[in-house]
Amino acid sequence: MKKIHHRIIEISGNVISVDAENIAYNTLAEVTTGDQVSLAQVIRLEGKRVYLQVFAGSRGISTDSQVRFLGKPMQVTSSENILGRVFTGSGTPRDQGPHLRESMIDIGTPSVNPARRIIPSNMIRTGLPMIDVFNSLVESQKLPIFSSAGEPYNELLARIAMQAEVDIIMIGGMGLKHDDYIFFRDTLEEKGALTRSVMFIHTASDPVVECLLVPDMTLAVAENYAVNGKRVLVLLTDMTSFCDALKEIAITMEQIPSNRGYPGDLYSQLASRYEKAVDFEGAGSITILSVTTMPGDDVTHPVPDNTGYITEGQFYLTNQRIDPFGSLSRLKQLVNDKTRPDHRPIMDNMIRLYADYRETLEKRSMGFRMNEWDQKLLRYGGLFEERMMDLDVNINLEEALDQGWQTLAECFESSEVGLKSDLINNYWPQNGSNSQNSDDQTNGQDQTD
Amino acid sequence: MAEEQKTGTVSGVNGNMITVVFDTQVVQNEVAYVLTGDMRLKSEVIRVRDRVADLQVYEQSGGIRVGDKVEFTDELLSVQLGPGLLTKVYDGLQNPLAELAEESGFFLQRGLYFPPLDMETKWEFTPTAEVGAELRAGETLGTVPEGIFEHRIMLPFGWSGKWRVTEIAEKKEFSLKEHVATVEQNGEQRQVFMVQSWPVRVPISNYSKKMLPSETLVTQQRIVDTFFPVAKGGTFCTPGPFGAGKTVLQHALSQFSQVDVVVVAACGERAGEVVEILREYPELEDPRTGRSLMDRTIIICNTSSMPVAAREASIYTSVTLAEYYRQMGLNVLLLADSTSRWAQALREMSGRLEEIPGEEAFPAYLESLIAGFYERAGLVRLYDGSTGSVTIGGAVSPAGGNFEEPVTQATLKVVGGFLGLSRDRANARRFPAIDPLESWSKYPPIVERKKVRQASDILRRGNEINQMMKVVGEEGTPISDFVVHLKGELLDSVYLQQNTFDKVDGATSAERQQYCFEKIIQILHQEFQFENKDQARRFFNQLRQLLIDWNYEEFESDNFQQSEEKINQMLNGQES
Repeated sequence: MKKIHHRIIEISGNVISVDAENIAYNTLAEVTTGDQVSLAQVIRLEGKRVYLQVFAGSRGISTDSQVRFLGKPMQVTSSENILGRVFTGSGTPRDQGPHLRESMIDIGTPSVNPARRIIPSNMIRTGLPMIDVFNSLVESQKLPIFSSAGEPYNELLARIAMQAEVDIIMIGGMGLKHDDYIFFRDTLEEKGALTRSVMFIHTASDPVVECLLVPDMTLAVAENYAVNGKRVLVLLTDMTSFCDALKEIAITMEQIPSNRGYPGDLYSQLASRYEKAVDFEGAGSITILSVTTMPGDDVTHPVPDNTGYITEGQFYLTNQRIDPFGSLSRLKQLVNDKTRPDHRPIMDNMIRLYADYRETLEKRSMGFRMNEWDQKLLRYGGLFEERMMDLDVNINLEEALDQGWQTLAECFESSEVGLKSDLINNYWPQNGSNSQNSDDQTNGQDQTD
Repeated sequence: MAEEQKTGTVSGVNGNMITVVFDTQVVQNEVAYVLTGDMRLKSEVIRVRDRVADLQVYEQSGGIRVGDKVEFTDELLSVQLGPGLLTKVYDGLQNPLAELAEESGFFLQRGLYFPPLDMETKWEFTPTAEVGAELRAGETLGTVPEGIFEHRIMLPFGWSGKWRVTEIAEKKEFSLKEHVATVEQNGEQRQVFMVQSWPVRVPISNYSKKMLPSETLVTQQRIVDTFFPVAKGGTFCTPGPFGAGKTVLQHALSQFSQVDVVVVAACGERAGEVVEILREYPELEDPRTGRSLMDRTIIICNTSSMPVAAREASIYTSVTLAEYYRQMGLNVLLLADSTSRWAQALREMSGRLEEIPGEEAFPAYLESLIAGFYERAGLVRLYDGSTGSVTIGGAVSPAGGNFEEPVTQATLKVVGGFLGLSRDRANARRFPAIDPLESWSKYPPIVERKKVRQASDILRRGNEINQMMKVVGEEGTPISDFVVHLKGELLDSVYLQQNTFDKVDGATSAERQQYCFEKIIQILHQEFQFENKDQARRFFNQLRQLLIDWNYEEFESDNFQQSEEKINQMLNGQES
């Protein structure tokens, strides 16, 4: 099986083909051209013809390059020494450290049996009211940040990672700018988190096939830790680069594109990665936070669209803020009833009022007279953005909820907010409330925080 | 059959499609096993060309080599039907997931298959047919108790003609391995077991006739039952963009619908959603029977990271199980989440087969497959005169939330109800986010149709006035119009919206809906006098508050009546 094949029949894109026998699907080969050695993976078998995807790209490959089949699938080390290290997408060190070849494990392992999953129940506190109050992050959740280019998504990702209480942080970077890679490394180092982190980094200048491997490598290591009882947070940025790499390969392989050039199995490809997020019964967990940049700021673009159907919600990052509309944590219902009884109603009502505020803004911009209710909404909207939405706000959940009641009481009468009466009786700030009866003068301004 | 094993040899691998050179003959859609390493990977013949068959492998295909041996089974992809299906959790190929977990732990191991039903469990068989009786396929020989139901043991659905019972067991416990009757036709004797197998892609049609669905299936969701009802034996779809609450709605339907059996097909969706059902249903009580909800539920779960070919099969597996329970005179609700993932599985395979693609690269036969699936729903009269029904509700996940795409359009052609979920409503936290202006249903509601029309009318006019106000402003709107707008909003927030997660508000019985809808209609009809718009708004805000409180009170409790009294006072106060 270790026979060396010399005659390369076809070179097209990153795919080469040779004739060989008894080759197993999805296994690896080494392609040697002069001094250059690259890994390649079998992606199609057709009689004797074997198609290989060359990780380092096909540039410089000659028709008499040597192909040696290794007879094993792609693997990654699960050594204890992996912590603090940085690798490329194909698993070679990107830092100065040694090659790690011990305790190799397969990547792209089978799916978790749904019968062995448990319902997640731990909230991950981030200190951001827009997340903690309105869309709580839950351990074992998979959640992307939908963002336009230029938004501080990597900063947000790093901030959540540093504040979250987890054992291991895994970072998978795809198509990263070199600056971003340095940013992540430095942030981890500064906060002393490097020793519990592993990074798999593909930068924009690296071969595109390596980009495809990053999520699988990252998640295989994460899974190994989780099965052994660790709580792992996986950060994947940017998944749109991953999808573009998929597109590139699919088109090279002459697959019929389904939507804007992306292959028909985009959904399944993304799902098999995101679904690695799990809470194991009696062991650890994997939480996945990813970034999906939206080309043209369009959420109906195939990448964010397919992602949204897979993940358990999404955060929209627009204008340096987490947008309350569209942002959604599907798992919040599992945790936000255990925090405080007013958590859910505050969440729903503040958002509803903020939606009304946005409508009023629209009306105002069209030049309509603002009535009494509009004035209240305008005041509320301003306070809401300042106290809740600003990314610089860093307060815990309970403070944020109190802040919410305060804001409501400063702007509205208790009957106007649509909250159940018993909650109003319990939480409505006494000193900040307006007069009981509906007189026209608003006197909520006397309240300062 | 076993005397000569049909075999073949792998000649190519492309993703989960393999090409196999076969030695003797093959049957389209028959099951085959690829022998690779020490594994046997299940696959299905999907195309034959000359001496070469294309097979879809129901597993990841890594490790398969050219030259690997393939064994053909001569059997179409089938499911096992018999007592013990209820409460089970299966993958798309009817492998019991709990048993798999015991064997292989956290992960789904490739090539590991388990019998779907426990062959050792004893079931108490009570004969209902007598020796000498002439039976057709699908007619009952006896029953066994399964949970709250009398599970009918029927003459296997595929046996044609009349069969005479020559021997039938007495009331006694049997396992599925033992036969309970012997029947005869033209000298041929066959034994009948309590379990039979049926090919999933073929509808079970052992009934005397299919009837028009006319009775409302009460789902206890106000917007559904009152405005866009579903009928027993009908079909409906719930398309919506992500985040619009499709799955929450499906869960509410599976939990609160008043039917006998619920089959949940989690097809290519998130595993976490199934886990919620898995872990919660055993704890939840079905108010109709007082037993656990799980006792009436079967879950077919082929989530998004599980093999794609099995996802395609899972839809058929689930509808076959639903049809099986319909044969027992039961009302079955099949909820498929999501049919778009199933269509995508078809698309992936079609692409590998290099078929000429249709719109958005979906195969050209997509429409007929979707129609064929929904047509398996229906209200039927069985041979013994009783009726049973399969109601199918399919979630659709249109790309970009755009209903113009092929799967939604093909689905809309064949369903009787369209519950379209809207992103705008979801963003405004108006749940369930079923769009009251876009949705439609052809089935009868639980209240008077005329009144529904009146309510919808106000909703529509309210919406128009709202649009108008955005242009001309509130000051340019007459107060009478403004009140219509407020009435529409009121109807929306206290009746159409419903808090699924609340114990009381989550499920509204038919009686309660009829009662409360009367009150709403009364408010919608009432003439109000207001000095100005602020006063009107204040009044409706307060009224809304009272009605919301009312919704959260147990029906016909003291608090319920007190709440109602407050509402009446407020309404009367206005009138004078």
